[in-house]
Amino acid sequence: MKSKGLLSVLTSGIIKENPVLKLLLGTCATLAVTTSASNAIGMGAATTFVLIGSNATIAALRNFIPDKVRIPAFITIIAGFVTIVQMVVKAYTPSLDQSLGIFLPLIVVNCIILGRAEMFARKNKVLPSVLDGLGMGIGFTVALLLMGAIRELFGAGTLFSIPITQGFVEPMLIFILPPGGFFVFGLLIALANKIGQKDKDKDNQPKNKNKDLACASCPLGEACQKTCNKGER
Amino acid sequence: MIQSLVAIFLASILTENYVLSKFLGVCPFLGVSKNVNTATGMSVAVTFVMVLATAVTWSIHMYILEPNGFAYLQTIVFILIIAALVQLVEIVLKKYIPSLYSSLGIYLPLITTNCAVLGVTMLVIERGAADASFGYLQSLVNAFGSGVGFLVAMVLFAGIREKMEHSDIPETMKGLPITLVAAAIVAVSFLGFQGIVDGMLGGVK
Repeated sequence: MKSKGLLSVLTSGIIKENPVLKLLLGTCATLAVTTSASNAIGMGAATTFVLIGSNATIAALRNFIPDKVRIPAFITIIAGFVTIVQMVVKAYTPSLDQSLGIFLPLIVVNCIILGRAEMFARKNKVLPSVLDGLGMGIGFTVALLLMGAIRELFGAGTLFSIPITQGFVEPMLIFILPPGGFFVFGLLIALANKIGQKDKDKDNQPKNKNKDLACASCPLGEACQKTCNKGER
Repeated sequence: MIQSLVAIFLASILTENYVLSKFLGVCPFLGVSKNVNTATGMSVAVTFVMVLATAVTWSIHMYILEPNGFAYLQTIVFILIIAALVQLVEIVLKKYIPSLYSSLGIYLPLITTNCAVLGVTMLVIERGAADASFGYLQSLVNAFGSGVGFLVAMVLFAGIREKMEHSDIPETMKGLPITLVAAAIVAVSFLGFQGIVDGMLGGVK
């Protein structure tokens, strides 16, 4: 029973609550680094490491961090792990460091990580939090890989730098350029919606309707919504 | 000198637009661009914090972190500075300029985790390291231009989304998918600016 619970924590991040396609978190990184499949995997792995590390640390410290200063405390912990990743990547895979560039340090402000800290790690024990981090990380990587593969295949005619469509399909450069990122991401979410609609998950349906774009699923979404409403008034 | 500053300013608005070509600050771009007023308020607040944060983090990096060999702490230090700065600005505005606070203040807490702000502070350091002529003033101009670029993208897009509210969209494309496809088309139009800045100012030289 218990192990089943843990397993569902792990798998929910991969499919049911896929951070990118379902929760719509971390859009910046998703769009920016998916110009090729190998970049996508590199970014996914880096983010997964940070997620597991920060989730574990925050879960371990959950009784010691005062509620009022938890967000700054979380950000500091996350930034610590991001710095570790930055150093490791710089030292061992400099080419990845080159292609990810500014988006490696920007993992700090990736809403997935703060979001999991806020929604999961601060309320759960270390082991489930680690699994949650792993599941979410894998989900993120899979979504990134999917996007990276599509964009690389259409935009450069290769997959993991291996030529695929050479000779019969001219590469469409626009897929690698920024507009292609928005476009592919939009269509992927539409596809996820379409598949999601087939599941007769009535509980999920109204919730998804209510969820208004990236804002609402962001950890600060509630405050943000209030702010937006206040601003409109 | 002035010419190069103008070039940096225009480039950061048009060709290196943060949202549409660098993918920084996409979350607020998608989330807060529902109507033109909120979009404007948010972008003005972002611009303000961007310039202020760059002014502070640049000095701290160059005079404290770099000389003492702490450059690897950049990420931690910068995000904490930005978080503290946002709080400080909020408090100061509330106390001394309540009229400005009532129009901008509500957007400030959302800016801490905006990757465009952290992005600009790091990118100007990176550019400064690669190009010696890219100093403090250039960094500030770049930060300001990036903020204006964010504003341009937000306001343009908010206008499009207001129109989109009233159009007939297929069920599966409703919400985020159609928004992203629209963003793709806006991004295509910004691709058209490629080279225009160099062409405009390079020719004069």
